[in-house]
Amino acid sequence: MNSRILQPNMRPLTSPNFTGFSNVIRFVLSLFATGARLRIFRFTSFLSNSIELKVVSAQLTSVRAFDFSIFSSLSFFVRFPAINHYLYRLGLNMDGEELTEQETALYDRQIRVWGADAQRRLSKSHILVCGMKGTVAEFCKNIVLAGVGSVTLVDDRVVTEEALSANFLIPPDESVYGGRTVAEICGDSLREFNPMVSVSVQKGDISSFGGDFFDKFNVVVISCCSAGTKKLINDKCRKLSKRVAFYTVDCRDSCGEIFVDLQSYKYSKKKLGETVECEIQYPRLEDAISVPWKVLPKKVSKLYFAMRVIESFEEAEGRKAGEITIGDLPALLKLRKEICETQSLNESHVPSILLERLVMGAREFPPACAVIGGILGQEVIKAISGKGDPLKNFFFFDAMDGKGIIEDISNEPPNK
Amino acid sequence: MASLQHSPSIKDAKVLMVGAGGIGCELLKTLALSGFPDIHIIDMDTIEVSNLNRQFLFRQSHVGQPKAKVARDAILKFRPHINITPYHANVKDPSFNVDFFKQFNVVLNGLDNLDARRHVNRLCLAADVPLVESGTTGFLGQVTVHVKGKTECYECQPKPAPKSYPVCTITSTPSKFVHCIVWAKDLLFTKLFGDKNQDNDLNVRSGDVASSSEHADDAFEQRKDEDVGDYGRRIYDHVFGHNIEVALSNEEAWKNRNKPRPIYSKDVLSDRLPQQNGTVDRSSATDNLSSLPAVSAMASLGLKNLQDVWNLMENSRVFLEALKLFLVNRAQEVGNLTFDKDDQLAVEFVSAAANIRAASFGIPLHSLFEAKGIAGNIVHAVATTNAIVAGLIVIEAIKVLEKNTDAYRMTYCLEHPSKKMLLMPVEPFEPNKSCYVCFKTPLTLEINTRRSRLRDFVEKIVKAKLGMSYPLIMVGHALLYEVGDDLEEDMVKNYAANLEKVLSELPSPVTGGTILQVEDLQQEFTCNISVKHREEFDEEKEPDEMVLSGLTEAPSMAKADDHSIENGGSTSNALPANVTEPKMDVEVEEISVGTENIYSAQKRKLPEVSHATKDVVSGDETRNHKRVQKLDDEDDDVVVMFDHPEVDNHKKQRLQ
Repeated sequence: MNSRILQPNMRPLTSPNFTGFSNVIRFVLSLFATGARLRIFRFTSFLSNSIELKVVSAQLTSVRAFDFSIFSSLSFFVRFPAINHYLYRLGLNMDGEELTEQETALYDRQIRVWGADAQRRLSKSHILVCGMKGTVAEFCKNIVLAGVGSVTLVDDRVVTEEALSANFLIPPDESVYGGRTVAEICGDSLREFNPMVSVSVQKGDISSFGGDFFDKFNVVVISCCSAGTKKLINDKCRKLSKRVAFYTVDCRDSCGEIFVDLQSYKYSKKKLGETVECEIQYPRLEDAISVPWKVLPKKVSKLYFAMRVIESFEEAEGRKAGEITIGDLPALLKLRKEICETQSLNESHVPSILLERLVMGAREFPPACAVIGGILGQEVIKAISGKGDPLKNFFFFDAMDGKGIIEDISNEPPNK
Repeated sequence: MASLQHSPSIKDAKVLMVGAGGIGCELLKTLALSGFPDIHIIDMDTIEVSNLNRQFLFRQSHVGQPKAKVARDAILKFRPHINITPYHANVKDPSFNVDFFKQFNVVLNGLDNLDARRHVNRLCLAADVPLVESGTTGFLGQVTVHVKGKTECYECQPKPAPKSYPVCTITSTPSKFVHCIVWAKDLLFTKLFGDKNQDNDLNVRSGDVASSSEHADDAFEQRKDEDVGDYGRRIYDHVFGHNIEVALSNEEAWKNRNKPRPIYSKDVLSDRLPQQNGTVDRSSATDNLSSLPAVSAMASLGLKNLQDVWNLMENSRVFLEALKLFLVNRAQEVGNLTFDKDDQLAVEFVSAAANIRAASFGIPLHSLFEAKGIAGNIVHAVATTNAIVAGLIVIEAIKVLEKNTDAYRMTYCLEHPSKKMLLMPVEPFEPNKSCYVCFKTPLTLEINTRRSRLRDFVEKIVKAKLGMSYPLIMVGHALLYEVGDDLEEDMVKNYAANLEKVLSELPSPVTGGTILQVEDLQQEFTCNISVKHREEFDEEKEPDEMVLSGLTEAPSMAKADDHSIENGGSTSNALPANVTEPKMDVEVEEISVGTENIYSAQKRKLPEVSHATKDVVSGDETRNHKRVQKLDDEDDDVVVMFDHPEVDNHKKQRLQ
């Protein structure tokens, strides 16, 4: 209970360079220097046919202090031909390759849902989140509870009454604000939810961050930004050599929208009892939203069109995301007419009453935040674990009719 | 349409939440954020470590404290000005009576078991308070609305009955790992550590039941001066070796089955092994004992990973070690232990015993982690589904407060989209006219009135099937039995005497044609049962020797892979029948005789909205619901298609 367990985010131990005997010793020394108790789980599983290494692992496990027996076993160890590989695996092991007892106990119920393998991947994933409103607060809670490796928050706003409204991560106590940003205050609350997750804050304008910044993450979630900023970040993520899962999420009144770009995504799913490998292609945000409205299927959610009209309005007027009020409705309806004419779409697909609802309340509807933040959390978990059909590529929820709908809006034929 | 967000009805609402667990934490948060000013919350549980991954209002330091109170304190930190009244109590407590329920505008359920759900349903009906009901399992979830006279009540639909397995499958012919678990947990564990006087079917049923059972009784007693280790090996050899040999001697039974293999300890373990082998193990054993709160066989054997599938030898060592630890370290408890999923040693023993039996019958072995899930009926739970469901509950609650009947929906959270939908709202159904709860439709009971005692009726029907805690039983105006704290002494005596009497010999005899009136005083719920005398019952299929019909409950024949969706006694939330529908399509061939009702009754929604499965519907009353109204949306061609094989596969995948 009181023993220290190496946690996934204790990085210094993780990737030793095992080029020679002295490095091996240095690595082992560094392990003991941390004072951490060594736990080597399932050592035998990747050492399938080597009885000798089992012995070594047993001694390593039982030795508390550094003593000569390690030297003797290690010298034996080193003579083993594939030592570097195995010790590297040992290093990975410390990096959360196997779950600790604490993790298994804490995550018991969810491991029963997505498996130990997915849990390990989660604990090694790094998430960037921008725009801390109610929906994103819900999302952050979900992934912190799920046990991701780290979450980095971006939101330099100061706390206002509006920021408080649907965000349970901000206590209504001005004494704790002290000039701190929304991201910093939310970070404090999130850390309490799960001590195994590292939560940090990045200050600055997200649109000015370069590719090397985004390269640190596996998942990027953008909210409360203009369409231009979203497209910009989406493209920066796409230019990286590694695949970064990109999401946008926004909630207006009791409606919400999620956009997903997983680029070229491989995953496995169970079909009729067998695991099948799948691959799907996603369009980037810019390409998805430039698909001509006329070629879209007839029953595409009206929310899709309504969101694009509002987005265009905010962009044209130079507003920040969400900076639109009921007073803008006449101008918004005018813009709708223009866009519908250009796109050759009947205006009835973008009902006035829906636009009115969306611009009326600046505040998010907390139950809708819970639903959309829940769906987004689920999707991010799927994308990290590589298990199960991800949604492609838009999701809409309207609390009024209660439907949560997936729309595939891309030029390519939908993969099925 | 008025905005949900700005509904004035929220400001004056007084709501009751039942359950502060997975759904409850999320629900309380969303209610508070949405502006609900007065929330009462009942939960009898205390916080456990395995709650922390999703019940985000709780921290490590809260483990052991009452959920309702801790949840309240956590919410007040970010919404200090609302009223939250916590009750650390069972919702079945008599103080939560109809009058208590009447003070609320709506009741919101985040419960984890069928029994409590039925209880709350009846109280809501009696108090005429709307109920929003919910449940989740893994990525699946649902929210339903129950308003008296407007929509069906919670019990209008069949519910999956608690699982039971045919005795002979468990004792003689297991074919799935779950059968081995049930054997290890309900038979072997109980036999060795539980109440010795209980009936126990442990002995393998074979040609000569009598002689083998005689033998067995001897075998399970620890002999005088017998070493604990020797005793353990003798038990091992008896249950995994001898009993299998006896079973094999009945060759008829194995004609169409794979023969099991008798396993003896000497073949699996060397003589020396059960002792601690060498210094290495011993040091790691003490090492671990210091960090683990409870006695643990795997710790003292140096086994660590719960997720590993141990081989036969490892399981055998755990079996013997756990048996020894029970007898040495926990001797005072032996004799009255019952299996508890949070008892590490009990889980180890059951997992090891089940695995050895599985090895004997050629069934794939499972890890302790998996075995624990099966044995403890652990419901799979994640934060996201609970959050989504909580959001949906609040949306329905607001509609209920606004009395916006046309807008009520039951909503399903699906794992795989159906008709592009991940969240699928469906029109609620009208009350079921044959429902014995909200329509008071009489039930029929077939029973041997000359053999069954009143006690059998009370235990097996009134309590188990009708879910009553404070029953009162009458024939005409004559009282046969009642439960209460304020009864006269002679009445208590009278009732006690009645309990032991055969039905036909009661002061007011119960025979074929009698109408019994059964009432629960707390639930203010009455039902009539018309009695039919029947002489004989099938031992395997009708072990209770009574058949109650008209009940909206599925037959209790078990399906092997079903436990994950059970409304079992776990800390989390299981869900009502609807979401289990997908399985039915795929696994229907596994369901044996007498289960067609499950299939057709649970599929009843299909014909309402699609035309694919007309043949499923036959004249059964339960399915003749009309929908409350037409779907309103112009493009609404919602088809409820619950036949995703993936849903089922997902479940299997978790169980592998």
